[in-house]
Amino acid sequence: MTTETNKKFNIDTVENAANTPDTELPWAELGLKQNEFEEIVKVLGRRPTGAELAMYSVMWSEHCSYKSSKNHLRQFGQKVTEEMKKDMLVGIGENAGVTNLGDGWAVTFKIESHNSPSFVEPYQGAATGIGGIVRDIISMGARPVAVMDPLRFGEIDHPDTARVMHGAVAGIGGYGNSLGLPNIGGEMVFDAVYQGNPLVNALAVGVMRHEDIRLANASGKGNKVVLFGARTGGDGIGGASVLASESFDDTKPSKRPAVQVGDPFAEKVLIECCLELFKGSLVEGIQDLGAAGISCATSELASNGDGGMQVELTDVLLRDPTLTPGEILMSESQERMMAVVTPENVEAFEAVMDKWAVEYAWLGEVTDTGRLIITWEGEVIVDVDPRTVAHDGPVYDRPYARPAWQDALQADTFTGSVQDAGRPAAPAELAAAVTELVASPNMCDKSWITKQYDRYVGGNTAMAFPDDAGVVRVDEETGLGVALATDANGRYTYLDPYNGAQLALAEAYRNVATSGAVPMAVSDCLNFGSPEDPDVMWQLAESIRGLSDACMELGVPVTGGNVSLYNQTGTTPIHPSPVVAVLGKLDDVARRTPSGWKEDGQAIYLLGTTANELDGSEWAKLRGHLGGLPPKVDLTAERQLGEILINASRDGMVDSAHDLSEGGLAAALVESSLRYGVGARIALEELLERDGVDLFTALFSESQARAIVSVPRSEEVRFKDMCTARGFAHLRIGVVDAASNALEINGVETLSLDALREAHEGTLPKYFG
Amino acid sequence: MTELPLIGEAPVAAESRLNGARIGVVTFPGTLDDRDAARAVRLAGGTAVALWHADTELADVDAVVIPGGFSYGDYLRAGAISRFAPLMSKIIDAANSDAKLPVLGICNGFQILTESHLLPGSMIKNDHLKFLCRDQVLRVENNTTAWTADYEAGQEILVPLKNQDGQYIADDKTLDALEAEGRVAFRYVGFNPNGSRRDIAGITNAAGNVVGLMPHPEHAVEPGFGPESNSGTDGLGFFTSVLNKIVGGAK
Repeated sequence: MTTETNKKFNIDTVENAANTPDTELPWAELGLKQNEFEEIVKVLGRRPTGAELAMYSVMWSEHCSYKSSKNHLRQFGQKVTEEMKKDMLVGIGENAGVTNLGDGWAVTFKIESHNSPSFVEPYQGAATGIGGIVRDIISMGARPVAVMDPLRFGEIDHPDTARVMHGAVAGIGGYGNSLGLPNIGGEMVFDAVYQGNPLVNALAVGVMRHEDIRLANASGKGNKVVLFGARTGGDGIGGASVLASESFDDTKPSKRPAVQVGDPFAEKVLIECCLELFKGSLVEGIQDLGAAGISCATSELASNGDGGMQVELTDVLLRDPTLTPGEILMSESQERMMAVVTPENVEAFEAVMDKWAVEYAWLGEVTDTGRLIITWEGEVIVDVDPRTVAHDGPVYDRPYARPAWQDALQADTFTGSVQDAGRPAAPAELAAAVTELVASPNMCDKSWITKQYDRYVGGNTAMAFPDDAGVVRVDEETGLGVALATDANGRYTYLDPYNGAQLALAEAYRNVATSGAVPMAVSDCLNFGSPEDPDVMWQLAESIRGLSDACMELGVPVTGGNVSLYNQTGTTPIHPSPVVAVLGKLDDVARRTPSGWKEDGQAIYLLGTTANELDGSEWAKLRGHLGGLPPKVDLTAERQLGEILINASRDGMVDSAHDLSEGGLAAALVESSLRYGVGARIALEELLERDGVDLFTALFSESQARAIVSVPRSEEVRFKDMCTARGFAHLRIGVVDAASNALEINGVETLSLDALREAHEGTLPKYFG
Repeated sequence: MTELPLIGEAPVAAESRLNGARIGVVTFPGTLDDRDAARAVRLAGGTAVALWHADTELADVDAVVIPGGFSYGDYLRAGAISRFAPLMSKIIDAANSDAKLPVLGICNGFQILTESHLLPGSMIKNDHLKFLCRDQVLRVENNTTAWTADYEAGQEILVPLKNQDGQYIADDKTLDALEAEGRVAFRYVGFNPNGSRRDIAGITNAAGNVVGLMPHPEHAVEPGFGPESNSGTDGLGFFTSVLNKIVGGAK
């Protein structure tokens, strides 16, 4: 086969490149800038071959090289305290960071974006987003145990939103459900800014014993390099078609999907197969193939190891035999892994592959030459220092400046605005406002989505949607487990990127603490517009600065994540959307705290204080207003609140806890009542007096560092004493009332739970069937 | 790699009376709920034995669970490829033999049993065309099978349901016969989640040793990790039923 296909290509060898320095190359079509191409020529001391150009172009892309954000991302590694380092086993830079859970357990998690593919082809884009992040987790030596997916789409009633919604949700379900990974939560935000650029982020978490941690490096001269899993096809080759000059004929298949196509069955088999390899200690280094495919895997493995690797490209198993060397190097076909295996383990490795019927091809071996050499039928087509491909890409100090419009935006507060006219005040108006809020697209019940995901598989899901955090048991004997939450508020971040990013972290941190878990680590997915726009670049720089400062203050390190830029339609960027995932630890998941109350007569306490903070709120969004300043950030208060929630959960002082965030107290009261269908009687007079706010503000303000909890009567004294001793504001605002089947708030017309449920649960089915 | 308690043998204080009973749990490529089925067997007091689809012997087990998942990716048709696994021919022979090996097919396992002709009918895509995960009420219509003896006849139980191709269909003659012979083992109560004919959630063969159903009793065996109401352990009866039968029979 190879000799036949060989004839189809003008193989641009290194020798040929050296002899033909003036050959025109399509570097611009491959997305490289003139200065970048000149840099490649300088690094190599000659013009690159077609295959080398393909590798550099994908590895030096924004997506792979972080060239616009790298200078700013450094802060995550610099602003690190001893407290943050204590439990970090593997930090940023590997496929995913690893955190110590104790008892010999380690956990790894990461969140990534798959935004543009999910707009072009929602099903496959979202599906392969799950596939890619799961392979990152496997690459660390871990067994994946759960996934989550934060989603941001356009307005709910826009016709194209239904296309993206149906496709992306079916894709996440179709792929994730087939892997045997429970989906334990996520987010669903609708906003016109995401209309032409939806955000589909995916998170995976995995667990392992300390001794099983694997890293992506190729060490040991003479060790074998193997590619296994799915065959390499023409999918996901973005710009590679311009390398068609490599091809003699134009009869080859021309329709190639730019979006990769996933095969969840292949991925599931790959997971089990890899775990069996790890169990037998059969691989020295391992790397998944994602963006930039073989280009990325070979250059990263080589540069992280002894520095050299020799690979014969015609040994790669292909789905499409007409692929050119450049295309093979750039292909993003899914469900593939590359590993380094000692010669002694080759036979055992093959036995595992055969057991799981996984195809594999030995491509070459590790060398100590410091060069990555790729041959085609023995002729050298790539001869590079792998570091120059994988790590020494261009880094840009993009110009940025506070946008001219930022001041005017921040001056336009909601209170007193045109949109604030006729603010609800009478009991009937307030009841209607609460109902309108909980039925709104962003605050409504999301089970239309989550019921399409398997939450049970694995048998270790202790909590999932709609609770504040997803909780998974890690150790069946001790009950040790992890909690996860993801959050972002693009509206807050638009108003103030520094504080908005901090608020995203604060909310995810609070959600994890609400479940009773101790927050330990952060993974972030930074979704922004074009870094070439100084306004956007300022948003990015400010968000990273804010997030890294807040991580230091809360004592939780960023262990990984990704940056997704150019999220915009024309010149209109999305709201800056730093999605922050926080992972926490529960010594015993049996102690977890759900977000709704059950027991009649329990006291309901509001923790924290309420200010007039309606700017950027869900209520303001309902009235079509966006301006002013987001709620004030108080990380000291967040930390105190977290400690109270964690202690209360551990010592059995609270039976339910729900954080206050979007939609404020009104949303939290409704959600806590609907969680188990148990009502409550609420009186806020004392709160209005203490905090100096009106009833509407008390219900709809989005002041931070707040939560509501339900406290068994026997624990009330102890709970109050704990809050008092810590000097944290706490107020008894009501009582659980199981008989009423209603939410009664003094000054608000009684809200029957049936009516609330109908409003809360009816919205998504109304739009999506 | 260290054997994770997560995926290995979780030490459970098993009733010594039952742990002599060995229940095989089959893994095909693409099986997902195999560890969960094994956990359910252990929590019920039995001994779970891992079986591999390519095995050619049944490893001296007293009963077999074919768990849920997407074996072979549900490619071609759910269960259509798995039924040709070497181990399946052993299971089919043992189920039809005089010994009447108890066999439980859950979800994809049920699909494999119908493809194997151990049970009649077939599953097609849910009538609403979506994957659906929910806590589902079932009525135990037949409590004389190997897998349902510990339930009361007519008892309503709550177990998770999660599938894409869960709509049970058969021709009217077959459905009439199933009902006439008392071979409808479970019916959906209150809500038919997938359009299954006559609300059928699970069926049994005439001898009562082979039972298949779409919902997942193995996900309702441990408080806190299954449905939130009814203590979440309504599914345990499947496993205690077969264990008691095996141990009782050996007395």
